[in-house]
Amino acid sequence: MTRFLVPLGLFLVLAVFLAIGLNRDPREVPSPLIGKPAPAFRLEQLADPAKTFSPEDMKGKVWLLNVWASWCVSCRQEHPLLVEFARRGIAPLVGLDYKDARPDGLGWLRQFGNPYMLSAYDADGRVGIDYGVYGVPETYLIDKAGVIRHKHIGPINEEALSKKIVPMIAELNK
Amino acid sequence: MIRSRREAVATPGARSREALAGTIRRAIGLVAAVMALLATPALAGEAAPLAEDPVVEKRLNAISEELRCLVCQNESLAGSRADLAQDLRREIRNLIKQGKTDAEIMDFMVGRYGDFVRYRPPVKPTTWLLWGGPFVLGLAGVAGLVAYLRRRGRRVDENPLSDEDRKRAEALLENKP
Repeated sequence: MTRFLVPLGLFLVLAVFLAIGLNRDPREVPSPLIGKPAPAFRLEQLADPAKTFSPEDMKGKVWLLNVWASWCVSCRQEHPLLVEFARRGIAPLVGLDYKDARPDGLGWLRQFGNPYMLSAYDADGRVGIDYGVYGVPETYLIDKAGVIRHKHIGPINEEALSKKIVPMIAELNK
Repeated sequence: MIRSRREAVATPGARSREALAGTIRRAIGLVAAVMALLATPALAGEAAPLAEDPVVEKRLNAISEELRCLVCQNESLAGSRADLAQDLRREIRNLIKQGKTDAEIMDFMVGRYGDFVRYRPPVKPTTWLLWGGPFVLGLAGVAGLVAYLRRRGRRVDENPLSDEDRKRAEALLENKP
């Protein structure tokens, strides 16, 4: 009996490992920044170079930082969800226009709608590096103390928004 | 006569062909010259990093060979032409010029992108299985093999042939039914 059970057992273990491994997205690299303070920066705003933005300005609020760019195709995919998110007024949404040309970024917002309270303008991607951005779009959930609590890599979908992000915002706002 | 006429007919044709070939050659030459002109600024742009401090470049290369490009995950940061890889190389170059040590630069990268960015993961509790797993599996395999061979040896010893079986076997071997 063990003659058959041992290989069967080994096969099942292998199958479980493969099932887990193959269902993981290798593009989703866990961020070491979770639980750490959001890296500080001060950048010009996209709409008005005379004004600046810093995460410091958001102290005391639970907010989302969404990294986007006009050249980013998947950003268009998540954009309607962000517009809807902003309309519902769940939390302030700040954009980080990453490695973009200012007119392109502004034109893109005019074309697809602007869900952002404001967008910071990261022309050379230096701030993106501090946040460990490696694929736009990426979204960071930052708590009242300025600590990064969650990072969503890639376009936000309905499920991630309603099952993870919105409940986390509610929890952090308590 | 016919032949010479034919030649006479053929000659202008050949001449026009030659002229055409000349025109084409000149056109190709012109296109090549224009392309060379256009290419020059691009070449100057790409060659610029070579003019940088060779010591810095050598360290940059050594460090970026150890780092994964996160956009194209099977490439090292040194070999990748992805936009982010170029930005990160620029960043590392700046850190080297600021006098940071290799370990500090590694920490800079790991602090932002996690251990995944390193091709050689560090040995720590979460990676013990990764580092030790193959050896554990190897040892388990050897132990299994030893146990199996011992058990089999015992089984052979436990069941010696009876005299009757031996006779039958010998008879079969000698092919005497």
